[in-house]
Amino acid sequence: MKKFASLILVVFIVMFGIGYTSQAKNSKIKVAFLYVGPHNDGGWSQAHDEGRIYLQKHLPYVETAYSESVPEGAPCEKIIRDYIHKGYKVIFGTSFGFMDSMYNVAKDYPNVIFEHCSGYKTRKNMGTYFGRMYQADYLSGLVAGMMTKTNYIGFVAPFPIPEVIREIDSFTIGAREVNPKVEVHVIWTNSWFNPVKERSAAETFIANKADIIASGCDSPASIEGAKKAHIFAIGYDRDNYAKFPNTLLTSRIWHWGVFYTKTLKEIHNGTWKATQYWGGLKDGIVGLGKFGNKVPKKVRNYVLKREKEIIDGKLKIFEGPIYDNKGKLMVKKAQELSDKDKLSLQWFVKGVVGNIPNK
Amino acid sequence: MSASHHTTIIILLLSNAIKAGTILLFPTIGEIFAERVGILNLGVEGMMLIGAFFGFIVTRLTNNPYLGFIAGVLAGGIASLIHAFISITLRGNQIVSGLALTIFGAGFTTFYGQRWINMNLSASFENLKLPVLSNIPVVGSILFNQDIIVYFSYILAFVMWFILYKTMIGINLRAVGENAKAANAMGINVYRVRYIWTFFGGLMAGAGGAYLTIGYAPFWLDGITAGRGWIAIALVIFAMWDPLKAVVGAYLFGSINALQFQLQATGTTIPSAILNMLPYLVTFIAIVLTSIIVKAKHIRPPKELGIPYSREEK
Repeated sequence: MKKFASLILVVFIVMFGIGYTSQAKNSKIKVAFLYVGPHNDGGWSQAHDEGRIYLQKHLPYVETAYSESVPEGAPCEKIIRDYIHKGYKVIFGTSFGFMDSMYNVAKDYPNVIFEHCSGYKTRKNMGTYFGRMYQADYLSGLVAGMMTKTNYIGFVAPFPIPEVIREIDSFTIGAREVNPKVEVHVIWTNSWFNPVKERSAAETFIANKADIIASGCDSPASIEGAKKAHIFAIGYDRDNYAKFPNTLLTSRIWHWGVFYTKTLKEIHNGTWKATQYWGGLKDGIVGLGKFGNKVPKKVRNYVLKREKEIIDGKLKIFEGPIYDNKGKLMVKKAQELSDKDKLSLQWFVKGVVGNIPNK
Repeated sequence: MSASHHTTIIILLLSNAIKAGTILLFPTIGEIFAERVGILNLGVEGMMLIGAFFGFIVTRLTNNPYLGFIAGVLAGGIASLIHAFISITLRGNQIVSGLALTIFGAGFTTFYGQRWINMNLSASFENLKLPVLSNIPVVGSILFNQDIIVYFSYILAFVMWFILYKTMIGINLRAVGENAKAANAMGINVYRVRYIWTFFGGLMAGAGGAYLTIGYAPFWLDGITAGRGWIAIALVIFAMWDPLKAVVGAYLFGSINALQFQLQATGTTIPSAILNMLPYLVTFIAIVLTSIIVKAKHIRPPKELGIPYSREEK
């Protein structure tokens, strides 16, 4: 028995020693990512994971880890604390629902850096980040407006919140700029990721003679529906061109890696400060995917021209006069919607057929 | 818009409604037979998930949707044997066992389904226009321009109705659910009959699940059945344990499901959360109404539903 106990003791000491030395050798910055869905969901979480891989590849002094399908609330807080106990110094929370958990933990660990995607609560050691996706939405709207023949475009939308309403509005502004006859019809699925509902919504639009389906949801199910009906689709989150070269016209894409490398460089140099980052086309955090095979040169050139104007600051998407879909003037001529108003947008522009609940 | 344009929309929507209804029709018919022999199986949701999962994987690996469908059907059947063993052989509590099966199905498919999430199927069931029948105006394009699984479900509903009411097999199985002791006295092997039809219930739940992932989605997703197993159990009551009435219930649910999206696309002011709730709300109302009818007409569930049977006990 004594022999056995001493053996165990030796094993423990050796293990501890190994653990200690490996920890001492490791001077990399340890970065943890929290995903709301599976890392391979084909949409939102996968776009973030591709950003993580990009970061890992470009900065040799960074070591990353991730947790997927993280529940919101108390379990999330526990996962964050576990990471911190394991020596992680930077935490990226990639869903709105992680906000309060991160905010709570950030208070207890002033030396750990927190970056939260799409939220609004900040601390000295907690910043927020998001992208001006509406710029890419507008550009994809231009493509859709020029390509539709039935002038009926379906938009499969997750939740009636400002982020999504902004997408639909800017998309519609783009489509109607080049084709004032376009109507953009909206169906809410009330879910970020539900391929069955997204597919049903797409089928409904197709029955109503839509010839283009756009989506703000996180699965490619509506693209699949469009492919089967031999019509077009506008993708979201990441580029599925390889899978649907003849169905996709283009996609609105997140390039999170741009932000992740920027942030880690700042942390490495000691220049990081908590900010509320909202980058756009210019910063490369959002952009258009590849044009589909069926998009003619003329359309591509026009869209690229407008893209350059946005990057150069010459074109402002939410510039008046803008009417809501009930005919009321919302933004006066030569005025632009402020960032604050964009972030709390709760109305549809003219040309959208749909309803925002609780308004 | 022209009248013909509206007709086209209605045809397309209702033909989708039939597909959505087919997902429910299989498990509803299956559960009707399980309950008819006295076995209440609340594991339909779990068995559907298992059927959906294996149907998806086999289709994905073989590129053959029919092989996938058969795999899904069998997987559902095998899952039901867990419930059969606990409630028939061990005479355990059927409610607990059924709920456990649902939880097991959800857990199993979530765990093993991780790496399949967001993968799609390139092979699915193609629509097959039936000659002559599909030429009937409106109805023909709705009912007879469907895929082979939908046609199979039409035939199945009728055949099962016939078996239940017009054959010796039907009389025997109903006897088991009404009075197992008497059935035993008549020389019917109660255990065997209960095993067979519980297994049949599982096969059908698997069929519904497999049709969902192969013919309808065609995707894999955690909890993809989204409560359809529970709706099927509710439809059993709506159908008053009759396979032909199950057809009506399943298609009604499918139509309401299609309707909620159509209303949104036309810009209705009804909040979308209410519309999303509509199919469940209608099911609820339908159940309340049928319960009233059931009472008035003295129709009741099989008498020994949920009661374990033992040959030794007197």
